[in-house]
Amino acid sequence: MYKTPDGREIFVIDGHTHFWDGSPENQSNIHGKQFIDCFYAYHANLSPPEELWEKSKFEKYSEDDVYRDLFVDGPDDMAIIQTTVLGDFYKTGFGCIERSTQMAKRHPERFIVNGSFDPRDGEKALEYIHYMKETYDIQGVKMYTAEWNGDSKGWSLNDPAAYKCFELCDKLGIRNIHVHKGPTIIPLNKDAFDVHDVDYAATDFQNLNWIIEHCGLPRLDDFCWIAVQETNVYGGLAVALPFIHTRPRYFAEVMAELLFWVGEDKILFGSDYAIWTPQWLVDRFWNFEIPEDIAKERGVQLTDEIKEKILGLNAARLYGVDVEAKKKQLAGAPVQIAAE
Amino acid sequence: MLTDIIRADLESDVWERLELVTDPELDEPITEMGFVEHLEIVDSGRVEVGFRLPTYWCSPNFAFLMAFGIRREVSALPWVRGLTVTLHDHCFGDEVNEGVNSGRAFGEVFAKYCDGADLDEVTAKFEAKAFDRRQEVMLLALQERGLTAEQIVGMTLGDFDRLAFTGEEETRQKPRYRALLVSQGLAEHPDDPAFPTWDKQRIDPAALARHLERLRGTRINMEFNGALCRGLASARYKEVEIGPDGPTLVDFIAGRVPPKGRSAATG
Repeated sequence: MYKTPDGREIFVIDGHTHFWDGSPENQSNIHGKQFIDCFYAYHANLSPPEELWEKSKFEKYSEDDVYRDLFVDGPDDMAIIQTTVLGDFYKTGFGCIERSTQMAKRHPERFIVNGSFDPRDGEKALEYIHYMKETYDIQGVKMYTAEWNGDSKGWSLNDPAAYKCFELCDKLGIRNIHVHKGPTIIPLNKDAFDVHDVDYAATDFQNLNWIIEHCGLPRLDDFCWIAVQETNVYGGLAVALPFIHTRPRYFAEVMAELLFWVGEDKILFGSDYAIWTPQWLVDRFWNFEIPEDIAKERGVQLTDEIKEKILGLNAARLYGVDVEAKKKQLAGAPVQIAAE
Repeated sequence: MLTDIIRADLESDVWERLELVTDPELDEPITEMGFVEHLEIVDSGRVEVGFRLPTYWCSPNFAFLMAFGIRREVSALPWVRGLTVTLHDHCFGDEVNEGVNSGRAFGEVFAKYCDGADLDEVTAKFEAKAFDRRQEVMLLALQERGLTAEQIVGMTLGDFDRLAFTGEEETRQKPRYRALLVSQGLAEHPDDPAFPTWDKQRIDPAALARHLERLRGTRINMEFNGALCRGLASARYKEVEIGPDGPTLVDFIAGRVPPKGRSAATG
């Protein structure tokens, strides 16, 4: 719950969070080290100084850290934990559904744990989707198209093998497909961050919601063109949002573009925890105004009502969360963490 | 032995050439982006250039383009007889370094990694974005002067060449915009239109606002990426130390970027 300066209570669903183990003990190779180092550079570059973490804590943080940062010190009511396995880089995986589900057990009412699969696994991927639905009753998955898998250094959402998986997701009612476009390295003659496969997949799977994390960055412009044509394409704010601190004017311009092209009902807040913590992000977002010249040029506004949608109501709609009932349930179950 | 003065002059020559190499995605010189981290004149004819991208995961195809861009520009100096280009700490670094220092042509080296395909499609996509961004600077500057849509889209290359701008960005982008117009065959003669689209179409005055809307999206994306890349490059080798006054960022390989000679003094 975020309390506004004038005392209003805003319901917050953090649409993009992680519970990872990127520690040296879990790294399989140089790629694992460089992966967490890259995350750390995002953290170090875009966080306010008082929010910075030491490297060792960033590599592997505790269950208590998650509860404190999201729900006690942080304003989140609920958090969606995304799964990112990176089996070629980490011995027991980077962010796994088993470990996240275990962590979430203390307060299951506060978490939505999403699964993940790799279409390149063929039949095994289909079996695994069944397994995740039966075991964890997942409502969504996180797709990382830049994941390495043996000789393959990336895949596309419109690959035939991926379509088989999405058909199954549709059939099983796994409706929310979060997509992170990382750099797909091979084939080298293609744009590594190309987002046009989203266009095909969203057109061909109208029942599924396609939530493009980081709003397609670094292809924000291409993403906006796609989102305006596809009613089932959404944009997640993770990575764009921390610019509110370092480059507020850029953030305003990005926000104005998203409101203009994607629209206020299709933008989702996400802290990308533990790259950033939600407290300062939500606080600054609530108090943020798009400068008048930008708002006027684009003909958009970022009102309190729109902020409330972005911070929680849009995600609640996608995940079938009854906000009033959830508020009551959470009020009766305060978060406990171990005394330090 | 090279004297310090001669060495400084030669280094300065190399920096000037390196300024001509751009990051294809951002349309900014690699020197501006702080990617070049090592420059050494080993003896009077041999040069070593080392560069590093903001992350280990930056697009390998762009890393290839930048490495070969460095080779092309530095080798163009008449006194350079040997050159080693090294890309540091990158997931495709070994392949890029082997390729760029092998003496083979870009197409030949690159084709090896993608079943003989070339990069034309990707290069064209990013040249189009660079063109849009440069054109937007010009169009907005003319709008700012109070010119009508008809006057702007009706402008010829001759008219364009007679324009004088005082703003920093306009001054910087004017020759860059013109260079792309000419190299792409979009305008050549003084009476050719100065503001065609990338697809060689004329812009209808009534559609100028819509055209600018699209260019705006391209620019915001590129500026945002540029800011992100600069930030990640600056943070790549920093770690946090928590002291008595709270957390601070410490650069653990500080001072690795060599002096930039003239460009540092002016930049």
